Amino acid sequence: MDIEKTSYNRRSFLKVSVLSGGGMLLGFSLVAQSKPAGLKVQAALSGEGAELTSFIRITPQGQIAILSPNPEFGQNVKTAMPMIVAEELDVDWKTVVVEQAPFNTRLYGRQFTGGSQGIRQYWKSLRTAGASARQMLMEAAAQAWKVPVGEITTEAGVLHHKTSGKTAGYGAMATEAAKLPVPKEVKLKAVDTFKILSTPRQNVDGMSIVTGKPLFSLDYRQPGMLIAMMVHPPGFGQKLKSFDATAVRKMPGIRDVFSIKIFQEDYAQEIFDTRTFNELVVIVGRSTWEVMQAKKKLPVQWEPIADTVEKQNAFGQMRDKIVPAGLETTDAHYAGMKEREAQPAKELRRDGDPETAFRQAAKVLERTYTAPFLAHNSMEPLNCFAHVTAEKAFLACGIQAPEFTERAIAARLGMPIEKIDIQLTRMGGGFGRKAYGHYMVEAALISQKMKAPVKLIYSREDDMTYGIYRPMYRMTFRAAFDAAGNLTAFHVRGGGIPESPLGGSENNFPAGAIDHYLADEWTFPSNITVGAFRAPRSNFIAVAQQAFLDEVAETMGKDPIGFRLELLERAKTKPVGKNNTYEADRYAGVLKLVRDKSGWGQSSPANLHRGVAVYFCHNSYAAHVVDLSMKEGQPVVEKVTSAVDCGIVVNPEAAGNMVEGAVVDGIGNALFGNLTVKGGKPQQSNFDNYRMIRHNEAPKVIEVHFVKNEIDPTGLGEPPFPPVIAALANALYKATGKRLYSQPFQPALDKRNTGQPVQG
Amino acid sequence: MWKVLERLLFRVTVSPTSRLAERKSFYSTLMATFNLKINGKLQKVEVDPTTPMLWVLRDHLDLQGTKYGCGIAQCGACTVHLDGIAVRSCQLPVSAVGKQAVTTIEGLSAHGDHPVQKAWIEHDVAQCGYCQAGQIMSAASLLKMNPRPSDADIDAAMSGNICRCGTYTRIKAAIRSAANR
Repeated sequence: MDIEKTSYNRRSFLKVSVLSGGGMLLGFSLVAQSKPAGLKVQAALSGEGAELTSFIRITPQGQIAILSPNPEFGQNVKTAMPMIVAEELDVDWKTVVVEQAPFNTRLYGRQFTGGSQGIRQYWKSLRTAGASARQMLMEAAAQAWKVPVGEITTEAGVLHHKTSGKTAGYGAMATEAAKLPVPKEVKLKAVDTFKILSTPRQNVDGMSIVTGKPLFSLDYRQPGMLIAMMVHPPGFGQKLKSFDATAVRKMPGIRDVFSIKIFQEDYAQEIFDTRTFNELVVIVGRSTWEVMQAKKKLPVQWEPIADTVEKQNAFGQMRDKIVPAGLETTDAHYAGMKEREAQPAKELRRDGDPETAFRQAAKVLERTYTAPFLAHNSMEPLNCFAHVTAEKAFLACGIQAPEFTERAIAARLGMPIEKIDIQLTRMGGGFGRKAYGHYMVEAALISQKMKAPVKLIYSREDDMTYGIYRPMYRMTFRAAFDAAGNLTAFHVRGGGIPESPLGGSENNFPAGAIDHYLADEWTFPSNITVGAFRAPRSNFIAVAQQAFLDEVAETMGKDPIGFRLELLERAKTKPVGKNNTYEADRYAGVLKLVRDKSGWGQSSPANLHRGVAVYFCHNSYAAHVVDLSMKEGQPVVEKVTSAVDCGIVVNPEAAGNMVEGAVVDGIGNALFGNLTVKGGKPQQSNFDNYRMIRHNEAPKVIEVHFVKNEIDPTGLGEPPFPPVIAALANALYKATGKRLYSQPFQPALDKRNTGQPVQG
Repeated sequence: MWKVLERLLFRVTVSPTSRLAERKSFYSTLMATFNLKINGKLQKVEVDPTTPMLWVLRDHLDLQGTKYGCGIAQCGACTVHLDGIAVRSCQLPVSAVGKQAVTTIEGLSAHGDHPVQKAWIEHDVAQCGYCQAGQIMSAASLLKMNPRPSDADIDAAMSGNICRCGTYTRIKAAIRSAANR
């Protein structure tokens, strides 16, 4: 049993108050300690605002509402986070009403969705909040019944005093409980006594989703709302020269046509601010179809950009970023990466004497892997509702990084941050794309100009061609073997356009398992804007590294799982170097679990081809075995067996769904995902030319297994995604006899089928 | 009236070919009134006849359950039923609907208890949920025409509906459950 302190750094972490009309309200602040003095947490919890900003709300009638702090985009935090509170509060889950918390960083922390951090960051706070409320209800009952608090027990939202036979619902004690001080320490439940956590619970929004309720920002409406769409340069390296709105202004339903600048020239961009196309032409009208027609007919002239310097503010560190001029092309990108890789790189980690080991090697294996830009393609295209008046700016929107975007909006509108009010809606996917809130700044500017409520809608084409792609990557791995065939040295060199995948992962496996190790990186500048995409950087490193280790194992004549386990044993018993980021035992644990559950090593039908991969990222471990057959030259994924260690599994139902989804998404992006450019212009703009995985291409069976332990939970949205791509690559090698080194894999499979030579 | 005059004046200044184009676009933007049968109710809308049903539903009838995904019938997010058959509403002009009954996700059942909806809940299918209305409408249409579909039938009927969250295996399991009800 854990004891949790409920306050820190002088300012109270939990706040309690009586609801108007009685009942209890327990709010909490995750960031109270880091905010400047003068911001009063209590202020937000008193008066009418209290009900809105509360975290747990218990009415005298016994209705229990729990608010979920983080925005929901399919990772199911809206169910998982309240489950954590409900467990410690000891209530009947069926009676709990779950609500999306309003956006308020003072009360709810950063409310950031991304990096698989939601559950990990909020775990202790949510448990403490639930346990504190329960403790106060017990104390209120003890005082009312004049019995020692130690004799009070709870069960499913009811307080009991067994000796006297007295019972009361939480609602009956809520008003009195709210008058008590928040306990300084609370006992948290033992993991093996969980009744709600680690049991499968259905999505709290499941019914709303299947009945088509308006949950998304695209569904948000207000009376008098206008529709806006924008026209952006057709390619990167271009900017607005001029436009002629004369004809379009006369089209039916069109209210206005004008241009907006997303950021002023001297603005220092924060980490999620992007200046992909800083000036856009905007068309505003009364209905979406009318605006779409006008957008097609608007004559706009573009001109090339010059080299541009952007001011950046990375968590307070100011720096200049140079955006090069030019109309870029994918072929030149691949050639440029190859050339750049041969030049000196920045060293990230060195163990032993890798140069000497490679010089003395009896054999060296060297392989190069590449991957393209990827578009996020969330099913809900970017959009945002905004109503900006002189008094305040109200926005209803799906956004992964509201805290950062709020600052950008305030800066651009010239309004104090207190006047920016963001309502977090459910997101129809995000995958990193909706961390970049430029579309909210755009919507706010349009509403401010129109003096009306406006919804800005991106067409699918806008969503796909506006950028913020997964970077292009290239990595070369070298392994040295001695005369006896032992692996002696390892060198990984990674780079990308315009970012390297490697920095930050140089201390991950297999570093720590090999005596002579070198990791270095390079970058290649570009004006194409990139950003977070499900499992940033890992989504390529895992693929390249795990495919390479497969080939190393083969070179050594070893079983792919056995070989990896040998390396992990070395990393555990005699680790090389310092700062290794992974736990070798947990890494090996998922491999052993996937080996056992997939029946690895047992005889399988001759037409079944298997590949395995494992990776550690975003604090969790995941391994997959992909079984595929070939039908008319195309892979059919018969089964994927997955093993994941993310600590305690909060909600096995949703966790299983998340892993299954990552498997499908990973296979789809590996086979088909590809965003290319020519003359700066994206060559794909919609689902007719950007191929997405479909029902008939999904694995027939996905079997998910979780390692059982009592480690505090870590994230799940990203970790299972990267390794499945490598497992697929390794299985495709078994099926075709050819290793695939360049993503996407499908073009090589198609060439093979038509008898053309396979590249790579 | 002024708008019409303005257009006539404008037309005088342009070349013959673009004048033709202008006239064509002028006629296509004339408003017309349509009496539509939506979810069992008669609804009157006054819109440009080229407007796709997707936007008639969303912008004019406040039925937000039908989703915009691609606008070119490639993703299936906008799927509705036309006389019980799944169609992509982004490619269905309002002028083509006529007397045919349109059913949207809001009208699939009175209480969210269509066998497909129940199976979706039971299998906890949704992640982000955005594509699911379209998936459900495609599945309901499939089961109406083919109450016992094979896996290949399911693939054939459902492969026009994209889900980036990757819920395909759960969707298939839910359709099998619904078929067995």
